[in-house]
Amino acid sequence: MDMKGGFIKNLPKVYGLYTGGFAVFILIMAIAEQAGVSAKNIGVMFVAFTVLIYAFIGYLSRTVQVDAYYVAGRQVPTVFNGMATAADWMSGASFVALAGGVYFGGYTYMAFLVGWTGGYVLVATLLAPYLRKFGCYTVPDFIGTRYGGNLVRACSVFVLFIASFTYVTAQINATGTIASRALGIPFELGVWVGLISILICSMLGGMRAVTWTQVAQYIVLIIAYLLPVFWISNKIGGGVFPHLMLGDEVARLGELEQQFGLVKNSAADMKAAGVPGGLKYISGPHSGVPDGGMAVWKYLSLAICMMVGTASLPHILMRYFTTPSVKAARKSVAWSLFFIFLLYSSAPMLATLSKLALMDPNLPTGIIGKSISDVQSIAWVQNWSAVKQVFIADFNGDGILQLNEWFMRGDVVVLATPEVAGLPFVISGLVFAGGMAAAMSTADGLVLAISNALSHDIYYKIVNPKADTAKRLIVARVLLVIIGAAGAYIASFRLTSILGSVAWAFDFAMSGLFFPLVLGVWWKRATRQGAIAGILAGILSGWAYLLYVYPKFSVAIWGVAHEPWLGIDHLRFGMIGAPVCLVTMVVVSLMTKEPDAATQKMVDDTRIPTGKAVLGKQH
Amino acid sequence: MSNKDAYWAKTKNHMIVTLVLWAFFSLVIFMFGSELNTMSFLGYPLAYYMTAQGSLLAFVVMLFWTANKQEKIDEEHGYSEREED
Repeated sequence: MDMKGGFIKNLPKVYGLYTGGFAVFILIMAIAEQAGVSAKNIGVMFVAFTVLIYAFIGYLSRTVQVDAYYVAGRQVPTVFNGMATAADWMSGASFVALAGGVYFGGYTYMAFLVGWTGGYVLVATLLAPYLRKFGCYTVPDFIGTRYGGNLVRACSVFVLFIASFTYVTAQINATGTIASRALGIPFELGVWVGLISILICSMLGGMRAVTWTQVAQYIVLIIAYLLPVFWISNKIGGGVFPHLMLGDEVARLGELEQQFGLVKNSAADMKAAGVPGGLKYISGPHSGVPDGGMAVWKYLSLAICMMVGTASLPHILMRYFTTPSVKAARKSVAWSLFFIFLLYSSAPMLATLSKLALMDPNLPTGIIGKSISDVQSIAWVQNWSAVKQVFIADFNGDGILQLNEWFMRGDVVVLATPEVAGLPFVISGLVFAGGMAAAMSTADGLVLAISNALSHDIYYKIVNPKADTAKRLIVARVLLVIIGAAGAYIASFRLTSILGSVAWAFDFAMSGLFFPLVLGVWWKRATRQGAIAGILAGILSGWAYLLYVYPKFSVAIWGVAHEPWLGIDHLRFGMIGAPVCLVTMVVVSLMTKEPDAATQKMVDDTRIPTGKAVLGKQH
Repeated sequence: MSNKDAYWAKTKNHMIVTLVLWAFFSLVIFMFGSELNTMSFLGYPLAYYMTAQGSLLAFVVMLFWTANKQEKIDEEHGYSEREED
């Protein structure tokens, strides 16, 4: 494939054909289902077909050039970069777990939605256009050049590594889960199948290959998310366009909550009934806002952590290094958020529809308030009970299923709702392919962010600055495989629980990177010593607080679980790390000598869209 | 004041305006969640609507607006990049 001007101009045609081809594939699968092909085989074909296409795109995008490998040759058009960023951003967790989170958490949980979108305003105004102008290959490349010196570069690579690695194991875990369910293989094997798929997409072409596969993955995942939402909405009478029309359904859920009652189960009861781990029940209101200042603070602090964390995550920032211009970088952030919005605004709608389908006794799908023996004879309840994804506990022994007696894993909302609402299996196969696309695209971006920082910033800039192009690219690829394998190894032993929540990645990134990046552009007086002190103080204080506040860690270290300060729990530890980073950085900068004239000139050049980049095309 | 300084002063003001709007839609309105939820929009309780969809949409619109405005500032000061291709 010719990757120069011709290819770029033909992109709309190429991806148009691809989308059409995918639609035809869905139709063929639908016909196959009618013709009697088993559900399992349809699932296998969906995942296998899409993964092979990504691998093919990855192979076509192979390269031997440094700037193509690191920044896709800086020629990715605005809208396509927006799609690639959206796929990079929306992880397997977003795809399968977000709607489930809203389903169980209601209003309180939706702070994540605001956080994971609002952060892009910070990206667009404070960072993306300036980092693009700077001309860096990686995020630590900016910090290392702006502040000068190997130590500050190494410190920023350290933060990047902690934040991104926390995230990537969860993504490889998700690819493994989906691959194992769709292909009917053990989880441990699924993880390695997932890893090989990820590596084929990224190894030969680096950022260029990841870019073009991510665009393809976005198209699959957005179709796979939106089609069932619209279909279910129309099927259960929610309206043609659910986003604008579910007001009555939301109100109805409020009535049903009143009718059934929101009861909190005691831990002892749940243990006695043998509820499997990770399963949840509805105990909070769907649209109601909890009262009190503490509830408001918890909402706001979570939103702040996710927003500031978004603006500090290297795998997202580096997507804006690939646009042809500064102007395009700004617009590209806007397009990214538009494509993200399409999925994120649909998650609460899916949660609403799914909840109503189960709770409303007037709908044929309703199960709450029905007799337990009837519910247990429903096919999907049996299937998902068998794999411990749903569970029924008759606490009051009346033989009727109460709201607090129905337990379910969050993922089931996305994975099983099509089946619950009686959609054909082809839709469930499509959802598997979408989940796989979401998990793979994020894992790709993260593995590449880590291995690029190690190969460019540690190997080339610090260890061996004389390395030639061929050697640099070999090192980059070897590191890519090592990082991927390390992530898969941890995932395959199910050690991910020790790494905790993906929210931690945001907290780590905001603790160590947000202020050094922002002040690097917006405050000329920021010095090297200030940056080093800030990064270390931020990440170490955040980390220390995490050990203090996360029960599993604090019990192991201190023998007791600590009460969070001011409601700042383990999901929000960036609220400690980032302010510590800011104060330290400002104080130390003011105590040390002002940056020299050359550095000040560098900052001036960064702020203006025209003129030469600070770092050359090849560096 | 040199052209460069004037450009940066304007860019900075524009950044502040954008961040004020951002803070309004991401933080300020959710300080009054319970109060807002007594009102309704499209039939949804207002605070629920904003966190599920409204603020998200506001961010998207804001980003296109802010990029266009910044392009105008670039042009005024002669820092507009030539269209590539």
